[in-house]
Amino acid sequence: MFRKSLVFGLALGVSMASGAAAFAQESLSIVFVGKNTGNPYFDSLVQGFEDACDVLGCEFEFVAPATAEATSQIPFITAQIQRRVDVIAISPNSPDALNQVLDRARQRGILVLSVNGDITGSEEFRDAAILPTDFEKVGSDQVEMLGSLINYEGEIAILSATTEAPDQNKWIVGMNEALENNPKYAKMTLVATVYGDDQPEKSTTEAEALLSTYPNLRGIISPTTVGIAASAQVVQSANKADQVKVTGLGTPNQMRPFIKDGTVEAFQLWSPYNEGWLASYFAVGLKAGTIVNEVGATFEVPNLGTITINELNSINTQAGLTTFNADNIDDFNF
Amino acid sequence: MSGAEDATTRTPPAADAATPRPRWQVILVRPETVTFLFLIVATIGASWLSPFFADVRYILESFTFYFEFAIVALILTMVIISGEIDLSAASMMALSASLFGVAYQAGLGIPGAMAVSLLSGVLMGAFNGFLVINMKLPSIIVTIGTLTLFRGLAQVIAGDKSIGKFPAWFIGIDYRFVFDVPIPVIVFLIVSLILGIFLGTSAIGRQIYQIGTSPIAARHAGIRVNRIKYGLFIAMGLVSSIAGLLAASRLASVRYDLATGGELQMVLIVMLGGTYIFGGRGTILGTFLAAWLLVVIATGMTVANIPINAQLTVLGLLLIVSIIATNAIHVRTQR
Repeated sequence: MFRKSLVFGLALGVSMASGAAAFAQESLSIVFVGKNTGNPYFDSLVQGFEDACDVLGCEFEFVAPATAEATSQIPFITAQIQRRVDVIAISPNSPDALNQVLDRARQRGILVLSVNGDITGSEEFRDAAILPTDFEKVGSDQVEMLGSLINYEGEIAILSATTEAPDQNKWIVGMNEALENNPKYAKMTLVATVYGDDQPEKSTTEAEALLSTYPNLRGIISPTTVGIAASAQVVQSANKADQVKVTGLGTPNQMRPFIKDGTVEAFQLWSPYNEGWLASYFAVGLKAGTIVNEVGATFEVPNLGTITINELNSINTQAGLTTFNADNIDDFNF
Repeated sequence: MSGAEDATTRTPPAADAATPRPRWQVILVRPETVTFLFLIVATIGASWLSPFFADVRYILESFTFYFEFAIVALILTMVIISGEIDLSAASMMALSASLFGVAYQAGLGIPGAMAVSLLSGVLMGAFNGFLVINMKLPSIIVTIGTLTLFRGLAQVIAGDKSIGKFPAWFIGIDYRFVFDVPIPVIVFLIVSLILGIFLGTSAIGRQIYQIGTSPIAARHAGIRVNRIKYGLFIAMGLVSSIAGLLAASRLASVRYDLATGGELQMVLIVMLGGTYIFGGRGTILGTFLAAWLLVVIATGMTVANIPINAQLTVLGLLLIVSIIATNAIHVRTQR
């Protein structure tokens, strides 16, 4: 009898304690709306969110539409508003088609974070952007990467995504500036910038056209995962891996075969994991009042160091690009 | 019908004639009944899946995402009943909306740009009609062709940039309310009602069914088959451009890839509503119910955070089940 009541009392005490804890720190619900499903890039990003939420005690869920079409995320955002989540993190499929629905989310007190890409030109419709790396440096880093592969000499070309892809365009500007201003790259000539629209077929056609139009081409930079894979495939099929060096931004899983067979020597990418990690710390800190969302403000994030809120409330992980090559590619799985 | 029943009670039926179906069967065993039952089951299921679903305001708001396809599906129902199909509607939406954006940017003002858009819809519909009726080409092939053509033209005209910066009064039709009901929902109700009465009771409405059942017999019966079909294709173009404008208002921007893949959703709605793909049978009521069915299923599963692949699987299965049901019921009633 005594034992029974003791157990009961203990159970009651425990349940009250846990109830009190849950009440004291009402757990923040964060949802991440991806571009589309079946995109391994986001698995790593989601992992970053999940690990951070394990530490911070937030609830996390990942949802995504079937296609990356401009309006496909709208029903998902509305559903999350209806679920009364606290934070919507989103990798936007459109720079402006989401404005109205994001506005509604924010009116209801939901924190809106654009993750892994910004809604350039519509910044007032999100609270902050979490970017993977310092985008200002991506262009010059890529030129340096290709330069090191071709001894800083010869004709090079860029194969990008769409003509209006905001991130890629920013990097291309960076590449052009580096090529023009840095004497180290004086012997490298940019002969063409073409666009594969992030479609495998069109990217392949454009890469083939580059090889046939510019017989002296020494290298292709493709700052997009679809483009770099298509370029590598074309160079591999044409048996020109020795003459034309392909590099750019790609994911390890996608580029693994080309690294293994020597078609591609090295390529780069940031760690999407860090973005999820940073976004969670930022959201939780902001909601708890320990972080102020003002340009110039700084805050600490474990493993990433001191993070600064830049112009237009854009934040990056401060981590540089990771270079993947035959030595390290097997350490990554995304 | 009652006359037929009287006849069978008085004189013994011939050995090979089927007995007429009881009245309750005629009223209840219809494809729309299946759609209606699905709608009830889906609503119960969705409420059970997520506590956030059963909220009228939310369901009506979610309807506005499918509204553009739903309103086109109403006209598409009549096109399919007449024995034709139009798969180019989503591309017509994109091209007319792109023209609207370009015309507005060129300084035409919203009313002028809207006129350009609506006119382009009529012309695109007439172009489909010309190819199908005058050139005597199958509408499925013609509209697959114009699907690509109109989308391509939209990209040529609008480029791959978004066009936006419309005035505030034009933006957000989905967030204007009359008695707490979003305007698109009201528009859909009214248009469904008008088209339902038109198709069900008017002479032209009945002729559309006859054309779909047998175009040759219809022609012999003096029905102006070509004129009616032309009218239907033009109506498709017009309603597509209206849908394009509504999408432009909802999204506050237009792009050449607006409504990409929408033609399949439109056909899905019409098929879920029990319209017979080979023509001659179907109702506006069925399409009306099916639009809500699609909204309830998609919304219910999205708000329950059910992965999209599971959602697509459910929709696909539902489509197959409803096509089987539609076929079975039509075969049964044709005996």
